[in-house]
Amino acid sequence: MDPGRGGCVIDALIDVFLLGLLVIVAVAVGQSRNLLVAVMLTGIYSLLSASWMLVLDAPDVAYTEAAVGAGVSTVLMLGTLALTTREEKPGPALEPVPLVVALITGLVLLYGTLDMPAFGDPASPVHQHVAPHYLQRSGEEMGIQNIITSVLASYRGYDTLGETSVVLTAAVGVFALLGGRRRRGAPVPEAEAP
Amino acid sequence: MSVFAVAMVAVMVTMALALVRALRGPTIFDRILAVNSFGTATVLFISVHGYLAGRPDFLDLALVYALMNFIGTLAVLKYLHAPGLGAADLAPPGEEGP
Repeated sequence: MDPGRGGCVIDALIDVFLLGLLVIVAVAVGQSRNLLVAVMLTGIYSLLSASWMLVLDAPDVAYTEAAVGAGVSTVLMLGTLALTTREEKPGPALEPVPLVVALITGLVLLYGTLDMPAFGDPASPVHQHVAPHYLQRSGEEMGIQNIITSVLASYRGYDTLGETSVVLTAAVGVFALLGGRRRRGAPVPEAEAP
Repeated sequence: MSVFAVAMVAVMVTMALALVRALRGPTIFDRILAVNSFGTATVLFISVHGYLAGRPDFLDLALVYALMNFIGTLAVLKYLHAPGLGAADLAPPGEEGP
């Protein structure tokens, strides 16, 4: 990172640009009555938020967001549109109670962030708990050079196992739904042969 | 450094223009092209940002984005060609209309 003044300006410009576009796309998704347009704009939103995560130095989250948000979600939502309809039915006008509840919740969440340590603060509790142990000892304890790999696969092995179980369950559910429709739509001739 | 900054600004302007077309596009194909262009600009954004930040280690992420962009565009076009993705296409014609 070049610590020049120009670097600060371009970094701030990138932040403002990405967050501004995220807000614009989110409002456009909410406004669109054409659901196909909304799905495509959601793809743009995922690409933007993944870029934003990359700017925040979280490339693994950006990978996931790009693969799941921009890739699989778009295809799944298009499949949903194929099974339902492309136009959104006109719903009720602005409901005041959910709006007020959402606004209050947002304000409370903003208030909660005031107590959080500063971004990248090395003295924050997160970086004082087990992170120093991982950084200093994981090499000799696990024999793996990559600290992230040893944390994910060994220190938090059960956590990762649970995550993969969730992914497997979701995949089985999706295949059960899609496969069931195919069998009903086009009967397999071999099954009917005596 | 400054070269990458200028390139970054140019890429961001391109993204903004593509987004304007995606939001306003009169036909659905304008929007498809705009979304595809936006994805390509995002690939460039990631690449330039890697060099701008001095850490071009995540250029392979740009490859993932390019693939996802391709898949998304193909899915939208396939949906427009014959509404129904995957299993629904195997149903006999006439069972479900667009």
